[in-house]
Amino acid sequence: MLEIGLGHYLTVSAILFVLGVFGIFLNRKNVIVIMMSIELILLSVNLNLVAFSSRLDDLAGQVFAMLILTVAAAEAAIGLAILVIYFRNRGSIEVEDISTLKG
Amino acid sequence: MIAGLAFYLFAAILIACATMVVTSRNPVHSVLYLILGFFNAAGLFLLAGAEFLAMILVIVYVGAVAVLFLFVVMMLDIDFAKMREGFQRYAPFGAVVGGILFLELLMVMGTWQFSGDAAELRLSPVPGGVSNTVALGRVLYTDYVFLFQIAGLILLVAMMGAIVLTLRERPGTRRQVIEDQLAREGKVEILSVPSGKGIRELGIYRPLPKPEPAPKQVSHGHGHGHDDHGHGGHH
Amino acid sequence: MFVGAVFFPLLGCLISGFLGRFIGDKAAQWTTVFFMVLAAACGVTAFIDVAFHESPRTELLLTWLDVGDMSFSWSLRFDTLSAVMVAMVTFISTFIHMYSVGYMSHDETTPRFFAYLSLFTFMMLMLVTADNLVQLFFGWEGIGLASYLLIGYWYEKESACKAAMKAFIVNRVGDLFFMLGMALTFWTFGSLEFGTIFAAIPQHLDDQILGFRSMEVIGVLLFLGACGKSAQLGLHTWLPDAMEGPTPVSALIHAATLVTAGVFLMARMSPVMEHAPYALGFVTVVGASTALFAATIGCVQNDIKRVIAYSTCSQLGYMFAAAGVGLYQASVFHLFTHAFFKALLFLSAGSVIHAMSDEQDIRKMGGIWKKIPVTYAMFWIGSLALAGIPIFAGYYSKDAILEGTIAAHTASGTYAFICLVLAAFLTAFYSWRLIIMTFHGKPRADHHTMEHVHESPAVMLVPLLVLSAGAILTGIVFAPHFIGHHQAEFWNGAIFNLPAKHMIEAMHHAPHWVPLMATTVAVSGIILAVLLYVVAPGVPGKLASTFGGVYRFLLNKWYFDELYDFLFVRPAQRLARGLWQTGDARIIDGMPNGMAALTAGVGRSAMRLQTGRVASYAFAMIIGLVVFVSLFLLGR
Repeated sequence: MLEIGLGHYLTVSAILFVLGVFGIFLNRKNVIVIMMSIELILLSVNLNLVAFSSRLDDLAGQVFAMLILTVAAAEAAIGLAILVIYFRNRGSIEVEDISTLKG
Repeated sequence: MIAGLAFYLFAAILIACATMVVTSRNPVHSVLYLILGFFNAAGLFLLAGAEFLAMILVIVYVGAVAVLFLFVVMMLDIDFAKMREGFQRYAPFGAVVGGILFLELLMVMGTWQFSGDAAELRLSPVPGGVSNTVALGRVLYTDYVFLFQIAGLILLVAMMGAIVLTLRERPGTRRQVIEDQLAREGKVEILSVPSGKGIRELGIYRPLPKPEPAPKQVSHGHGHGHDDHGHGGHH
Repeated sequence: MFVGAVFFPLLGCLISGFLGRFIGDKAAQWTTVFFMVLAAACGVTAFIDVAFHESPRTELLLTWLDVGDMSFSWSLRFDTLSAVMVAMVTFISTFIHMYSVGYMSHDETTPRFFAYLSLFTFMMLMLVTADNLVQLFFGWEGIGLASYLLIGYWYEKESACKAAMKAFIVNRVGDLFFMLGMALTFWTFGSLEFGTIFAAIPQHLDDQILGFRSMEVIGVLLFLGACGKSAQLGLHTWLPDAMEGPTPVSALIHAATLVTAGVFLMARMSPVMEHAPYALGFVTVVGASTALFAATIGCVQNDIKRVIAYSTCSQLGYMFAAAGVGLYQASVFHLFTHAFFKALLFLSAGSVIHAMSDEQDIRKMGGIWKKIPVTYAMFWIGSLALAGIPIFAGYYSKDAILEGTIAAHTASGTYAFICLVLAAFLTAFYSWRLIIMTFHGKPRADHHTMEHVHESPAVMLVPLLVLSAGAILTGIVFAPHFIGHHQAEFWNGAIFNLPAKHMIEAMHHAPHWVPLMATTVAVSGIILAVLLYVVAPGVPGKLASTFGGVYRFLLNKWYFDELYDFLFVRPAQRLARGLWQTGDARIIDGMPNGMAALTAGVGRSAMRLQTGRVASYAFAMIIGLVVFVSLFLLGR
């Protein structure tokens, strides 16, 4: 029970992932929380990669985790920038109001 | 033993934090829970033997990303209470979708296994006798140097994008116009000044800056002025 | 010289057509006339050179097509036959250009008219100098185009447009047969070059196609092609309607040159035709029938130009009859003399119309011979030549044809002889009917018109005088060369006669009563006309009312137009309407329209899916992910 294996990590990661997905559904108005949910999902992926890396003694997993970190950081920065701009122009960040994305 | 207990502790806190992130009423609380969750994830990384990534997670996520979130949340003048309306409406739907996903993930976990020659298929085996950071540095700057460069490039582009997106010309601000300072021709008038005369008598005056153009009136669907929101956080 | 004769008209056409609006009407007119004079000088010189110094030649211009076994070149073949045609076409075209300067002086777009005229001349020259059937076909279609443009020159008039279309479409029928003939020629001989074909005839004498001898089929097909252009019985309906064009056009195209293209084709293909006796018999019968048929109609028409048009049709019948019995020389000779006197007649008619303020109905003319004496004299000369009165040009050629048909000693030849003699009688009759109705008697035009009757300007009269000289002299001057004892040296192999037939010899040994008889019937035709229209002017009206059926039958041109209307035009219209309404509008348009409607419909429904809400998209993505994972799990 106290012996921690790959399965434990994967379970935690799966729970984290599902919570992220659930958050997207739940906070369908608040873009900021949706972005945080995405961060959670990315974190679960990282957790997976690190768990496999340590289980297989393969550094490639950690390298990829780092790259995902990078991309996540970039994504957060750009996303928040867009959010700020959007709020400045429309006075709202409600996702349900964002309905100009059609031809 | 200790490691096992630590794992359960970190994992429990992480999942609890994640739950709070998605369900808390105040986004500020969400961010704070997110930070706590990241700390615990870093702990899990440590347990898995990825010290460098754990530190990076703390520095990058807690130090930069989460703080950025916090900053944005506080900067934007949003009535978060109003946003909670309809909060429950999609909860059952989300729960169903999430439940299905979770079940499927468990089924995947329950059925897969490593292939027999997984050990031979490793891309970059962990070298013995060096710390995790050293090992990672060795492969990162040799085998994965192009990926590393591209990651740097992505960050650069993201930075530039963020700056370009949020940069705006505020009317009425005075800036240094370097080319005007440097250009002598036509800018500077040389007059012969008789001695003993005052500036006003000579008619020399200090040129006033050009009149400001009136701020552009931007109309919005919500009827808010342009500038109001920019300073919203300071009201 | 040889190239110049052909290409100067093209130069004139291009200058007048494209630069006409910049250089002005006068300049454009005289430019084309100038180039035509040059071309005529070249043409006549070439004729003398080729025909009398015995130097036929082929000028290679450039290679046109080189596809597999087929290779065509643009080249000018100048043998005596071409040279005769070139000289005749350029000469007459020049004077018609000149005449047009006067005739078209009140027109607003004269450069266009002259460009068309010159274009036509060029195409005709291309046709007659062609070295292969394809080039000949190029010219053939070219004159068809020019004819279309010229008939429809006054495109504001609906009747002119319709006549132009009719001419074009009826000619298309002939062209179809011509193309079939060309294809079969290529199939048989493996080439379309005249030289190659003629050299290869002996090997292919007994080739069969569909159970018939190839030679016969080629002959019939080419003749049917020629029928279209030369307005032979069945495909003649366009010619009278073509009189909607300006009178110089009628003179140039529908008398002197275009319609003779078919005769020229027969003469050019004489080596092939000579080996197709049944095809030749067919040619004879059709030609002779056309001659008689058109003459009967000519007797009752009231439009001055239509009478002459039917006379043209009739004379073309003579030429084909002559070609049919193997007397291509006589055929071309009649073509040659006919060009002069028919152009003369048309131009005189144009002069009359000009004088009568564009009146064409002979029932509204009369009593004007003192006011336009020169035109009157020209009309007489033209008619005398047409009727075949001795000394005048028509006598020699017509006489030769009559002698040839009787000397052929075949059933078709005898039939042709009877038809042609009757036609000769009728020709004389309607010619004098025309003269008397037009120039004599009491004036039937209104007072106003009669006051304006005036002789045409010199620029119109000079061509008339020159052509009248041609109408008098060409017969007597050229008869020895074309059909006389010098014909072998003159033609120099350009026309082929089967040695066994000895047609020329036979013609000269025809019974002595034949020339006498030809003259007699002509004179009696004239006398009958004088009797009916001068001595007893009431008789024609009575005849018409007594034989009302026959009269109406003739007046309505044997109801050919109505027959064709019923047989071809109406069904074609119905078919076209059916194709248009169901085939085109419903099926062909339906496909793209249906596709467009379908796409638009699908798009409209898909648009409802596309709410533009980011949240929906995000959900869709996640649900998609779930579905994918499920599929992966279940499908394993």
